[in-house]
Amino acid sequence: MMTSAQPALSRRDFLKGGALIVGFNIAGPLTSTMLGSLAAPAAAATPDPELLDSWIAVHADNTATVFMGKVELGQGTTTGMLQIAAEELDLAMSQVSAARVDTNVTPNQGPAVASLSIMDNGPQLRAAAAETRQALLRLAAVRLNAPADRLTVKDGVVTVEGDPGRAVLYGDLIGDRQFNVKMTGKAPQKPVSQYRLVTTRVPRVDIPDKVSGKYVYMQHLRVPGMLHGRVVRPRGQGAYGDGARVVSIDASSISDIAGARVMRRGDLVGVVADREWDAVRAAEKLKVTWDVPPRLPAGRLFEAMRASRTIDSVIVDAGDVPAALGTAAHIASATYYGPYQSHAPFAPSCALADVGAGSALVMCSTQFPHGVRNMLAQTLGLAADQVQVRYYEGAGVFGRACHDDCAIAAAVLSQAVGRPVRVQFMRWDELGWDNYGPAHLADVRGGVDAAGNIVAFEYEGWHHGWNTAETSQELALGGPVQPPVSGRARLVNKETLSAVYSMPNVRLINHHVPGLDGYLKGGNLRSPLDLSISFASEQTIDELAHAVQMDPVAFRRRNITDPRWLGVLDAVAQAAGWESRVAHASPSAARVVTGRGIALGTHIVSYGSAVADIEVDRESGEIRVKHLYGALDAGLAANPALVENQIEGMLIQATSRALIEEVQFTRTNVTSLDWKTYPVLRFADYPRVTPIVVQRLDERSTGAGEEVMGAAVGAIANAFFDATGARVREYPMTPDRVRRALKA
Amino acid sequence: MAEDLKIRVNEQESTVAADRDTPLLYVLSNELGLQGPRFGCGLAQCGSCSVLLDGVEIRSCITPVATAEGRSVTTLEGLPALYARQRNLAKAPALHPLQRAMIDEQAPQCGYCYNGMIIKGSELLSQNPQPSEREIREAMNGHLCRCGSYPRIMKSIQLASRIMAEERR
Repeated sequence: MMTSAQPALSRRDFLKGGALIVGFNIAGPLTSTMLGSLAAPAAAATPDPELLDSWIAVHADNTATVFMGKVELGQGTTTGMLQIAAEELDLAMSQVSAARVDTNVTPNQGPAVASLSIMDNGPQLRAAAAETRQALLRLAAVRLNAPADRLTVKDGVVTVEGDPGRAVLYGDLIGDRQFNVKMTGKAPQKPVSQYRLVTTRVPRVDIPDKVSGKYVYMQHLRVPGMLHGRVVRPRGQGAYGDGARVVSIDASSISDIAGARVMRRGDLVGVVADREWDAVRAAEKLKVTWDVPPRLPAGRLFEAMRASRTIDSVIVDAGDVPAALGTAAHIASATYYGPYQSHAPFAPSCALADVGAGSALVMCSTQFPHGVRNMLAQTLGLAADQVQVRYYEGAGVFGRACHDDCAIAAAVLSQAVGRPVRVQFMRWDELGWDNYGPAHLADVRGGVDAAGNIVAFEYEGWHHGWNTAETSQELALGGPVQPPVSGRARLVNKETLSAVYSMPNVRLINHHVPGLDGYLKGGNLRSPLDLSISFASEQTIDELAHAVQMDPVAFRRRNITDPRWLGVLDAVAQAAGWESRVAHASPSAARVVTGRGIALGTHIVSYGSAVADIEVDRESGEIRVKHLYGALDAGLAANPALVENQIEGMLIQATSRALIEEVQFTRTNVTSLDWKTYPVLRFADYPRVTPIVVQRLDERSTGAGEEVMGAAVGAIANAFFDATGARVREYPMTPDRVRRALKA
Repeated sequence: MAEDLKIRVNEQESTVAADRDTPLLYVLSNELGLQGPRFGCGLAQCGSCSVLLDGVEIRSCITPVATAEGRSVTTLEGLPALYARQRNLAKAPALHPLQRAMIDEQAPQCGYCYNGMIIKGSELLSQNPQPSEREIREAMNGHLCRCGSYPRIMKSIQLASRIMAEERR
C-alpha cells in the first residue's frame, strides 16, 4: 500500500517540467503511465482565465504549450485548437502542443458538449494567443531596439523588417518564465485573409499514437498500490428515482474469491480486489437482493407520456395557425415516435481515484472536468479545491454516458478502502445504467396552399428532461433525487423547427413530462432531440411537397429565404446529382425497391442537410442505406478535414440510430445490456458516405459535431416514402415496423 | 489458485502468475502492461480485445490464459515484427502497412476500437492480400466502431493491400 503521498501537481510544477504530467502526445510504454500515489493536501487552484500565463507557456526551446479546458473526444478538437493558437502566435504546428486537461493545470472552459468547443472556446484561445504574441513583440522591441510595428514573426523567430540579420527567438525572450500580465482582450488578431494554418487540412495530432498503440487511454492507467474495483448493481436500471435499493447482501457468496472485498456506502455497492479478474468475478457472483419496483411503462411508453401531468410551454406562437390550417389547400397531419437511445460507447467508462484524508485525485474521461469536480467534492465531503480531476480520453461517448458516474464510484470506493481504486464498468453497467437520450412523441400538422407555399406549421412534442446528478452520487448519498430538468437543447426548439422555412403561421408547444413519474434516466445524447424532431418535421414538409406534386428540393427552395439554409440545400443536392421529380412518381412492383430522400436539420446552430439513397426489401422489411450525402455549414471551418470526418461519423451513426437502436425495458428494468440486446450498425451494413463542407470564411465558427444527424434521419425516412409510397412514423425503422407500414 | 504459467507474447517468453481460467486480456493488460488489447465488452461481441494466437485472431476477453500456454500470442505491439517475419524482412518496420494506411487516411476518431480493427485487418491481409470490398465487410463484421469510421477503415485496408503489393515487388 502506498502511503508516501506526493504533492499534488500544480501548474507551477508543469512549467518547471514537473515529472508527473504526461503531455498530450507523449505516451510511452505503460511505465510512463504508472503515476505515483498522488493524493495530497493543499491542491492547487484552477488557473485564472484573466491571466495570460493560464493559457500559454513559451519554452526556451522555442515551442509553446497550450492550456485548453476542452477535452479531446476523438473529434479533433485538440488539433483544431492548436491550429488556432499556432496561427495567432505565428508558430508552426510542430512547435505547439497541448497540456493534459486537469482542473489544477488548465483553465475552466466549460463542458465539451453541444459541439461548442471551437465555437465558444476557439475565440477565447485565439485572444490569449494574440495577447501572448503582443507581449512577446513588446519584449522583442526592447531586445532588438526596434519599434514593435517593424517586427515580423515566422515560426517563433522575430525579425526587424528590412533588416533580417536582427532577429530573436520567442524562446530567448521568455523561455519558460511567466509573463505575469493580465489579459486585456485588446490584442490585435489576424484577419482571415492572412490565415496560413486555420482553414487548412492539418492532420490530427492524436492519430499516430492511436494506431501505433502508444496512446494512453483512461483504461490503460495503473498506479502502484491500487485495487481493481467493480460496481454491483441490478442488471439494468429501473425507473429514475427508485435507485437500486439494497435489501440484503450475502458477503459469503464471494468468500471463495480470496482477496475480494465488498464495499458499500448507502446503496452504492462495489467490490475491490488486487487482481482485476477477481474483482470481475466477485461483482458477478456477489448475491445482493434488491428492491426493484415495477414502475416502468413497458409496452405503453408513449401512452404514458401523453397522459402524464406535463408542464407545458408555448415556444413560438406566430400568426394564426388554426385559421391558416382551416384555409390550406392540403394538410399533412401525423404523430411521430422516437425511442430511448443509448450513448453505448464502444468501451465502458473507466476511472482511477486516489482519495486521501483531505484531498483527492481522480483520473477519468469526463466531458467536463470542473463540473465533475464539484460532484466529487460533494460526494466525498471535501471542498472543491481539494479535488483534482485529470482527463484521459476513453472511447467516444457522444454525450453524457457513464464517465462521471464511474469517476464518482471509483472515488467512493477509494475513500472507503483507503487506497487508489480503478473502476471499469462492465458492458451491462454502461448500457444498463446510461443516461439515455429521452424518448420523444410529436403531433405535427402542416398546411400548404395550392401554389406550394407552407402556410402553417404546428408541432407539439412530449419528452422528459435530463437528470442532473449521477447514479453513484445518488446511491452513495441517498435522499430524494432531483427531478430531471428542461432547457434549451431539451425543448421543442425553434432553431430546428421554425428557423429553416419561411412560414407565416407557426406554433410550437413543449410538453415537459415529469421524469420521476416512472421513466428512465435522461441525458444529452449527440444532437439531443434533433433526430426525433427532424424525423417528424421533415417528413411533414415532404408530405406537403408531395401533396402539391412538387419536387422535394424545389419545394424546400421555394419555402426557404435564409441564404445559408439555401446554401446547404443546394450543396447537398448538387453533390448527390439530384434530379428534379415528384417523390414516388413511378412506383415499382419489384420486391426490392429503391428511393432517394432529402432533409434538413441542425442542433441550435449551424446548417445541416442530407440526401439518402436506400433500398427496401418489401417482404423482409429490411431497409439498406446505400449512400448518404451530408452537407454542413458551420461558418468558418477551422480545419475542413476534421469537419468532413465528423460529417462521415454523423451519417454512419445516424443510420444506426434511424434503423436499429432502441433501448428495451420491462416493467422493472432495462434489458438492453450488451451488443446483442442493443445492436448497432455493423461493418457489413454501413452506407457509402459523401461529406460536403460549406466553407464560410466570413462567418464565425459554429458547432460541427451534431448538426447533420437529424437531417440524415429525415432523409432516410423520406427516401422510404420515395421507394414505397408509405410512411414510417416511428423509428428505429425496423423490419417489423416497415412491414406494418407497408400493410397499412 | 494462481499458478505460474509460461506464455510467449510478441516473441518474448514470460512467466505470469494467474489462475488458469483468467481471461488472457487481464494478463496482457495487468501483468505484461500491454496497451493494444483492451476491454470493450468481455463477451467477445465487439473485437476490442483482439490478439493473434498463432496468427489467428481471437478474443482475449473470453480466452483463458491457459489456452495460450505453449502457443504464440501477438498483440498490436508485436504486429510490425510479425509482419517482418512473414515477409522475411531484415528489420521490422515501425508500423504495419495497415497502421501506416490508417494515418494516411486519417481514419480513427476516438480510436479505441482500432486495436481490433488493425489486428483483424492484418489477419485478413495475411490470408487474402487483395480482398474485395465484400470480403473486407464480411471479415470485419465482428468488429464494431461507434464513431462511424467504417468507411475509412475500408479505405485503409484497401490502401494497405496496395502498399503490401508494392512492397512485395
